[in-house]
Amino acid sequence: MKNQALLLDADAIRRALMRIAHEIVERNHGVANMTLVGIRRRGVPLAHRIAANIGTIEGEVPPVGVLDIGLYRDDWEQRPFSNVDATSLAPNRINGQVVVLVDDVLFTGRTIRAAMDAVSDFGRPKAIQLAVLIDRGHRELPIRADYVGKNVPTARAERVYVKVQEVDGMDQAYLERDGKGEDA
Amino acid sequence: MKDLLTLEHLSAQDIEELLDLSENLGEIVDRPIKKLPTLRGKAVVNLFFEPSTRTRNSFELAAKYLSADVINVQPSGSSVEKGETLWDTADNLVQMGIDAAIIRHKVSGVPQQLAQMVSIPIINAGDGMHEHPTQGLLDMLTLRQAKGRIDGLRVAIVGDILHSRVARSDIWALRALGADVVLIGPPSLMPDSFRQLSHVTVTTDLKEGLQGVDAIQVLRLQKERQTGGDIPSLWEYRARWGVTAHSLQWAKPDAIIMHPGPQNRGVEIDSDILDSSRSWVGRQVRNGLAVRMAVLFRLLGGAHNE
Repeated sequence: MKNQALLLDADAIRRALMRIAHEIVERNHGVANMTLVGIRRRGVPLAHRIAANIGTIEGEVPPVGVLDIGLYRDDWEQRPFSNVDATSLAPNRINGQVVVLVDDVLFTGRTIRAAMDAVSDFGRPKAIQLAVLIDRGHRELPIRADYVGKNVPTARAERVYVKVQEVDGMDQAYLERDGKGEDA
Repeated sequence: MKDLLTLEHLSAQDIEELLDLSENLGEIVDRPIKKLPTLRGKAVVNLFFEPSTRTRNSFELAAKYLSADVINVQPSGSSVEKGETLWDTADNLVQMGIDAAIIRHKVSGVPQQLAQMVSIPIINAGDGMHEHPTQGLLDMLTLRQAKGRIDGLRVAIVGDILHSRVARSDIWALRALGADVVLIGPPSLMPDSFRQLSHVTVTTDLKEGLQGVDAIQVLRLQKERQTGGDIPSLWEYRARWGVTAHSLQWAKPDAIIMHPGPQNRGVEIDSDILDSSRSWVGRQVRNGLAVRMAVLFRLLGGAHNE
């Protein structure tokens, strides 16, 4: 038996992504020279939704790039082999641009470290910012998010799951911990 | 997966996963900085006991784009020339910390034997008349990009089938992925064993063979492997099996042209066909790099490499 606690339902996710869109526009004084970069997998649909929200606010939808950080991991030698998805980033969308990385959950920060390395291989951004739906703490690197849907204090062993319509058929974020008395 | 030795012994799923990975790594060639940290600290050796320009360079660049270090061992000027066996050469390289070996050899089966003797991954870059698996993979990737699928395609392979390791790797992969294969060539260069295979048609007649095909893989006439008497003359070979504007009419109107290279222009294929919009030979070369990056990453990436 596993304990699950709901963190965000579909409406809460929708509101969080709209607020993040507002914050991005406000902080950058518009959307000029801005690119959103979704981190595979669930960061990608979230980036598209934030971009669409920015479009309704500003009348201009910023471009969205896609990044798979599999080739930049620092731990692949400790993991079973896993395939790498396609990355699509145009250098002219990186050089001199404000790049907003988008991911579902911020945890140790290692994914974001890898993503920043990857982005730098495509060009020299003016700035890199980070938007996440959930920040669950336990950073292992000096990395923080600029835009956060929800801060969630967690124990290290707990797991945070984000489900999105485009991948999972529903919008939901929840926390899972192993139930007491469960067989090991 | 420890080694890549043949396509004959890979499942359709294994092949498709390698093609997907290759497709996803293909964009690296277009990056302003073609240097990913993925295989940093890994060392691979190119052991080429047969001449090769394209394949060796392609493997070397693939390894370098992923930050692996590469050394090249060729028989001339090395201890091989002094009589050292391949096994001793390989063992010495392993002792020096090499993480993977890419081998081309004129004798079929040498990469398999090497793979049994050493624990590091072995990649077959062409062994005798046996297989050339990365060529087979890049051909499949090119076909998939051109036609959107491989299942249900009809693919002709034209030329010296007998001596061709490319043909063999292509045949195994095409059959695994659900294509029908038509082998066309001079009777003296057509092994009988292929006549028994399902989904394989064998013919000596170019016109008959090209009917309804979606793609034509034109093989190089391997002058160095002709022991004499197999073909009457280059002129007659061109007249009967050369892919020209005339013979291309027999294939489907949207049939694509592939060639593993290097090409003998004006012998097995005409220049105007090779340079036409139906030719995918440039894409084959490009895909070769993607496939080799994928294979290196597949064999060297991940802790539990089963």
